[in-house]
Amino acid sequence: MIRIITVYGGMLLIALGRTLLLALLGLFFACIIGMIFGIMGVLKNRACNIIAQIFVDVIRGVPMIVLAFFVYFGMPYFFNTIIGGFSVNLTALQAGTICLALNCGAYMAEIVRAGIQSVDKGQMEAARSLGLTYGMSMRKVVLPQAIRTMIPTFINQFIITLKDTSILSVIGFPELVNTAKNVQANTFMSFQTWAIVGVMYLIVITILSRSAKMMERRLNVGR
Amino acid sequence: MADKSVIKIKVENLKKSYGSLEVLKDISTEIYKGEVVCVIGPSGSGKSTFLRCLNRLENVTGGKVLIDDTDITSKQVNINHVRENIGMVFQHFNLFQNLNILDNLTLAPVQLKKCSKEEAVSRGKKMLEKVGLADKAASFPSQLSGGQKQRVAIARALCMQPDIMLFDEPTSALDPEMVGEVLQVMKELAGEGMTMVIVTHEMGFAREVADRVIFMDGGYIVEEGTPQEVLQNPKEERTIDFLNKVL
Repeated sequence: MIRIITVYGGMLLIALGRTLLLALLGLFFACIIGMIFGIMGVLKNRACNIIAQIFVDVIRGVPMIVLAFFVYFGMPYFFNTIIGGFSVNLTALQAGTICLALNCGAYMAEIVRAGIQSVDKGQMEAARSLGLTYGMSMRKVVLPQAIRTMIPTFINQFIITLKDTSILSVIGFPELVNTAKNVQANTFMSFQTWAIVGVMYLIVITILSRSAKMMERRLNVGR
Repeated sequence: MADKSVIKIKVENLKKSYGSLEVLKDISTEIYKGEVVCVIGPSGSGKSTFLRCLNRLENVTGGKVLIDDTDITSKQVNINHVRENIGMVFQHFNLFQNLNILDNLTLAPVQLKKCSKEEAVSRGKKMLEKVGLADKAASFPSQLSGGQKQRVAIARALCMQPDIMLFDEPTSALDPEMVGEVLQVMKELAGEGMTMVIVTHEMGFAREVADRVIFMDGGYIVEEGTPQEVLQNPKEERTIDFLNKVL
């Protein structure tokens, strides 16, 4: 155990850093995707609703490991060989980010949609009755209230996404799990290796959920 | 008092249905500048829907609604612009939960660039004073009682300096002891010459303040006239029936 920490500790920490980097990149784009498709889901426009629903259904209906292989191997093959004339090459980090952003984004879209719909309809009506446009009412009245109710589910989704980065070890991104596999192969100490990796995830996620709780409490002031 | 030379709101053969459900069947009326009109009737008679058609919170199915001679049912009309001139007060107050009282009042004037932030704040404070809640500027809606919330809602609508005010059962969600304070504010407003359309169950208020009472049932205007005519000497069977039940 001590030997793993002294010899491979630094390597595992760097790998943890890469896990966090991948998770943050994925989450960043997932938030954008989630906002866009979530709002499309509540607009009074049939076409937008349907597009948003299809996106969510497709992504949710495909296991992430399949999505990962599809983005990493499938997409370049599609552009370079099937269509031809392109030379698309994704690094594992790029493919991983796309994959997480899509996957998490779909769930995020549902959270955003549900959050907006949870705000009393009277709020939008009152805003519109004063002459505010739909966009202004959304930005100034509905979304701020929706975001408050979304925060706990948002944080939950962050945690799930952070853990999902481990799936991306299959496309060779040297994140924590992938690195740990190498450590195990070198040392044959599987029990110790995976125990250390487990604890590392546990610490990061605990810190994340604790700070989420604190944030939630702070936001509830004045309610 | 009503100025019979100026028609503020003109409703022509207004119809509204939800799918196969016809809520408003054929409504025509005129409301004059400074007139206070109370709309009464059993629940489901379409009175709230009628009111919500006046600022197009409900899109009408047929007929016309003219505000100052502009047909607001027309697609060419900028409805947001029309609404700036029509304040609305809701049964459930609908104060913006995420904003404090003063911000509730100043949001629309500032967003719509009606005036500077400073002007909006000073007008907002003046309005709060008018409804007797000057000390609540920094409070949040959740900290107020129902009656206070409704008075803030009235002040919020007034901050846009509208010349028409619509009230959708403003006292129906209030505890009995808070009804008076809200009606008092409305009475003052009526005294200042505001054009008001009020959907209400407060017969006493209607009798005292209204220039005209409209009785609706089944999607039609069954009877209209002065409070004396409609409330004291109703002619129609259905009006008599309804008044017997509520008085």
